[in-house]
Amino acid sequence: MKENISITVFDRDGQRHDLDAPTDMGMSIMELCKAYELPVEGTCGGMALCASCHVYVLSEHELPEPTDDEMAMLDQAFFVQENSRLGCQLKIKEAFEGLQLKLAPVGQ
Amino acid sequence: MEKTIETDIIIIGAGPVGLFAVFEAGLLKLRCHLIDALPHPGGQLMEIYPKKPIYDIPGYPSVLAGDLVKNLMEQILPFNPGFSLGERAENVEKQEDGRWCVTSSLGTKHLAPVIFIAGGLGCFEPRKPPIDNIEYFEDKGVEYFVRNPEFFKNRRVVIAGGGDSALDWTIYLADIARELALIHRRTEFRGAPDSVEKVQKLVDSGKIKLITNAQVVGLRGNGQLNSVVVKQDSGDEIVLDTDYFVPLFGLTPKLGPIAEWGIAIEKGAIEVNTLDYSTNVPGIYAIGDINTYPGKLKLILCGFHEATMACQSAFKIARPEQKLSFKYTTVTGIEGLPL
Repeated sequence: MKENISITVFDRDGQRHDLDAPTDMGMSIMELCKAYELPVEGTCGGMALCASCHVYVLSEHELPEPTDDEMAMLDQAFFVQENSRLGCQLKIKEAFEGLQLKLAPVGQ
Repeated sequence: MEKTIETDIIIIGAGPVGLFAVFEAGLLKLRCHLIDALPHPGGQLMEIYPKKPIYDIPGYPSVLAGDLVKNLMEQILPFNPGFSLGERAENVEKQEDGRWCVTSSLGTKHLAPVIFIAGGLGCFEPRKPPIDNIEYFEDKGVEYFVRNPEFFKNRRVVIAGGGDSALDWTIYLADIARELALIHRRTEFRGAPDSVEKVQKLVDSGKIKLITNAQVVGLRGNGQLNSVVVKQDSGDEIVLDTDYFVPLFGLTPKLGPIAEWGIAIEKGAIEVNTLDYSTNVPGIYAIGDINTYPGKLKLILCGFHEATMACQSAFKIARPEQKLSFKYTTVTGIEGLPL
């Protein structure tokens, strides 16, 4: 079994959560947040359809390029910034060690 | 025109789980009527990923979502289910005779002793921009859909959004509205290149106004919208006088009116008893992605199981005078229900 990595997520109140994340299950950031009961809904189940897992990437990690589906969703989401990503589209891998994220605000 | 439908089980949501419930109910000689806000059966399988393969349907190494829906429709055909499609289940009321009455957005009344909520992600509703008073201005100048383009004839309109729908309506309304402005958060558009080109031509000819790298952040008016505040990335704010603001940011799944029905809900899902997938309201069940219980997995195959168990329990409510005898389809075959 591969070793877990550490990912830091700041919730919407600015509270820091250091999460222990497995790299060998194809788990996404959205699923990781849900597993730790952070306030991420993941309504659509990971199909880049609801943007309820919208996060800001705070660290300088090189992440996989967003797909067209993810870009299209981010185009319709709110509070989008240059460092916006959908957590459900980020599958956790070793290169994410030390990644720092912040949960984006939720709309109505 | 209002009509009334009587049945044994009203199924809200015509996705795979709602459809399969018709089959299991049919084996028990219970009739079903499905209500769905979408104009066709299949739920998100048809709406979102009809061409995607599903690999965890027992007996199918791989099946396209659209084909699974087609097969389910064929499987339930002998049981003659009724459909109210393109209608959203709005309201539920207990009748004096103990039955439920579900009224749809088109005013259709559905009467039955049992309701199955198989609503999946819920209803797809327009995504509302985070502007404080936007709900106040709904129907007072804020429109999330272009239902009838003539509505905007000779009026001033501000559209916001950068997708195909924003571009298409900008092109369409350019000839109808008196003044038209399109506000987009980025510089580039993700819509069809052909539409992007057309919009650019309209801008070049001075027919419409395009403001990019900007967002509508405020709505003003006294009882009726009269202007919108547009904030540019530079920090500058512009006030645009307008009669209508049409934000087009796609749809997002919401639980919808069901949330107001007095059913116990936890984090946007309906709590059920795993004995029979009943809710806290006797006679109302919740099956598939819309329910929650310890260990819940949002899988079609789990929804099929939930539908089956719920039908057995629903039988006791729909046919209190009868005894339920469990039979295998290999023994009895499929005997349809009359039209």
